[in-house]
Amino acid sequence: MNIVVCIKQVPDTTEIKLNPETGTMIREGVPSIMNPDDKGGLEMALELKDQYGAHITVITMGPAQADQILREAFAMGVDRAILLTDRKFAGADTLATSNALAGALKILDYDLIITGRQAIDGDTAQVGPQVAEHLDLPQVTYVENLQFKAPKTFTIKKATEEGYQTVEVDAPCVVTVLASANHPRYMSVSGIVTAYQREVEIWGFDNIKVDENKLGLKGSPTRVAKSFTKGGKMAGQLYEVDAKEAVGIIVNKLKDKFIV
Amino acid sequence: MDFTLTKEQTLFLQMIREFAEKEVKPLAAEVDEDERFPEETVRKMAKLGIMGIPFPTKYGGAGGDNILYSMAVEELSRMCGTTGVVVSAHTSLCVAPIYEHGTEDQKQKYLPKLCSGKWLGAFGLTEPNAGTDASAQQTTATLDGDEYVINGSKIFITNAFYADVYVVMAMTDKSLGTRGISAFIVEKGTPGFSFGKKEKKLGIRGSATCELIFENCRIPKENLLGKIGGGFGVAMKTLDGGRIGIAAQALGIAQGAMDETVKYVKERKQFGKPIGQFQNTQFQLADLSTKIEAARWLVRVAAFKKDRGIPYSVDAARAKLFASETSMEVTVKAVQFHGGYGYTREYPVERMMRDAKITEIYEGTSEVQRMVIGATLLK
Amino acid sequence: MDKSQYKDIYVFIEQREGIIQNVGLELLNKARELAETLEEKVCAMFLGHNIKSKAQELIAYGADTVLCADEPELAQYNTEPYTQAIVQIINEKNPSIVLIGATTIGRDLGPRISARVETGLTADCTGLAISEERDLMMTRPAFGGNLMATILCKEHRPQMSTVRPGVMLKGEKEDNRKGNIEEIGVKFDTSKFKVKILENVKEAKNMIDITEAKILVSGGRGVGSTEGFQKLQELADEIGAEVSSSRAMVDAGIIPHDRQVGQTGKTVRPDVYFAFGISGAIQHLAGMEESDFIIAVNKDKTAPIFQNADLGIVGDVNQIIPLLTEKLRNEVRK
Repeated sequence: MNIVVCIKQVPDTTEIKLNPETGTMIREGVPSIMNPDDKGGLEMALELKDQYGAHITVITMGPAQADQILREAFAMGVDRAILLTDRKFAGADTLATSNALAGALKILDYDLIITGRQAIDGDTAQVGPQVAEHLDLPQVTYVENLQFKAPKTFTIKKATEEGYQTVEVDAPCVVTVLASANHPRYMSVSGIVTAYQREVEIWGFDNIKVDENKLGLKGSPTRVAKSFTKGGKMAGQLYEVDAKEAVGIIVNKLKDKFIV
Repeated sequence: MDFTLTKEQTLFLQMIREFAEKEVKPLAAEVDEDERFPEETVRKMAKLGIMGIPFPTKYGGAGGDNILYSMAVEELSRMCGTTGVVVSAHTSLCVAPIYEHGTEDQKQKYLPKLCSGKWLGAFGLTEPNAGTDASAQQTTATLDGDEYVINGSKIFITNAFYADVYVVMAMTDKSLGTRGISAFIVEKGTPGFSFGKKEKKLGIRGSATCELIFENCRIPKENLLGKIGGGFGVAMKTLDGGRIGIAAQALGIAQGAMDETVKYVKERKQFGKPIGQFQNTQFQLADLSTKIEAARWLVRVAAFKKDRGIPYSVDAARAKLFASETSMEVTVKAVQFHGGYGYTREYPVERMMRDAKITEIYEGTSEVQRMVIGATLLK
Repeated sequence: MDKSQYKDIYVFIEQREGIIQNVGLELLNKARELAETLEEKVCAMFLGHNIKSKAQELIAYGADTVLCADEPELAQYNTEPYTQAIVQIINEKNPSIVLIGATTIGRDLGPRISARVETGLTADCTGLAISEERDLMMTRPAFGGNLMATILCKEHRPQMSTVRPGVMLKGEKEDNRKGNIEEIGVKFDTSKFKVKILENVKEAKNMIDITEAKILVSGGRGVGSTEGFQKLQELADEIGAEVSSSRAMVDAGIIPHDRQVGQTGKTVRPDVYFAFGISGAIQHLAGMEESDFIIAVNKDKTAPIFQNADLGIVGDVNQIIPLLTEKLRNEVRK
């Protein structure tokens, strides 16, 4: 089985802090991580490899620093890693991103393409289904569990608002995976030791056969017209007191609100 | 000279910190409280290759080095001193001597199982009457046909009972003094080999510390490790390496106590402000963090030299001496910073203080380290 | 492109087992407002099987036209048949705007359609308005703490957007509103139907709807563990609240997804929202900032949650939660 996992490097948005005086974001020291849903997808691929044997390729589109998550993927047990990077890809919205990724995927062999449901920096959940459409493959989103049935069928549990669905689809297909689907393995020590001795293939515009007008900013139907700091709610009162006093303040507030 | 971490080291720290945070920290208080050996953690570490970090892949090791190994022990000990010493005793005191002194057959037989963590290792040198003076060994090994017959006992053995393989020192010829000591590999389950009482300890209470008892225990003569009469040398070299591990353990405990203290002084308020705002607090923490950083680089220098085959015995002694005494100082002050809370088991610093104490004692007391360093100076 | 060829606002009406989901009605109301600015019409795209009888309801909630695709292939949501039906409508009718609810269904369907018709799609919008150039201004939270971005799709039609349930408000039902119901016959390419649904399971635990709760006690990383959430549940029981959480706890498998508040979870507007040990990443804020009264407890005074709280307490949630439970218990006894 050939599996391609699309992963993305994202800032760890749970680590973001605001300056309490100005309300502006403190950018310093926000670490870059492998997107959690993508890591869940990678673990799903590695479990398939453990059970049935598989060749796993990871691919990421991003700047040169994204190399780091590919090394991490090597150390977790993938076989091949591709960094899709080119100035022509810069400024891409989801559609242009999916065009570039699909262009690269067309060159690869796959029975299963896995992406995370969504990336925590944008939360759009669009690139997976858009890639599936460009490749004319069926998609299953919000995947919690996936079982393989020889010769080429996947039985998949996907989350819905009310519970879950079980669906069946034949390879090749695209699935988008939830971080809660599994507990991703740690990198192994021997994988770490060799991670930087292995080759990360660098692919650019010249490697993929995609019309330049469908890539990057040029290929993006959506544009950010403006961005602004959300005034939001004005911060209310902030108390730094001991626990007992804090509880008193909360209970009094609840009484004011007639909750108690 | 370069003091920056390599990419591999950075990636390794990312992994081991996440592992320590998610898998080791949640159990630290429990294994201490219940004096329980963290078997499940050992299994998890085995899967990742943490039980064979500095050994070549051809023997089932991870192909890493002693810097990575010291980082692992440091980061594990930062959360749990017990877990740190389980790895250190296994790696430095059992796998390392077999790798460094074993025959090819012995390596093939033992290293893959030990490095993969399928088997756990331990080391037996100390006896009731042979502590700091390790030459006063009373355990004997007598050749009888194709077998050695071992009689005697070893005490305070880390990982005992849970370990599958033991590197054990015994007198093969009492008349030769230290040159009459030889090293042997003894497997758990060998008839005549049993375990005595489990010690109740002040700290590292999750680690298993037992007596090893040998009563006409017969092992094949191929299990002689190194040359006949070479055991004292094997033991001393093994302890040199072990000191890197214990120094890293001490360092980790100190760093853990420092982390807890920094967090606490930011939150704890007295006289209307966080106690971290007081200059006394900041000055003390500044001194302690400087010592911790100095200890860290002493550990790394010793590991660096060992990896490159440069004599490192005195470096390891300095690292262990300084790191363990720093660890004791930091943890005692950490408890003080926490005040009454620090004295309770609500906070981890009292455990860290109890764990730190052993690092000044085992694998050569601070006094032994001073002897080693002093002797080198006056040579 | 000649944008004058494209007009009217099309809303995808999600139904499950014939029950029209609120999010579609919320979008109809928003579409009405946009249509009045544009002086265009609102069309509801109503897909399913044996649903015709319910089409009138959509007119009552603001649709001028209901395009009803009533086909056995559409009885249950499945990506491909639904995509084919909507794409056929888009290609035949040339809408200017297409709005879809950002449910698991909408978020599966939206991007598939956008890629097939090659247009832009803006996910999880919290604001929709019309610009002076008559383009749709789609505002959504973007990465970067409290950053919002307004996004335009100027050179492609339709302009597509998904909006999360609960973000827009449903309008009043007007039973005597007039409108057309038009039946659409879908020309399916069944050779592309590849995903077979074997079973559809509703789980009882998922029946609690945190969006309906008057009081929510929500926990994040600071609460941290299953035990921590048990303590939170005790507090919730004391004041008749429901327990909810941030994304981190859902990813960690501690709390089921249906209790997640935030951009990728649910949007809630309770009377009182407690945020315990939640730092307040923008994704979380997007899901709860409309709450009437927000009480935040966090160790870290730089946590963004405090910028959005009416009452902030810098402190240890693990101490405060049990104390609060106890105090409330005593208050009730009095």
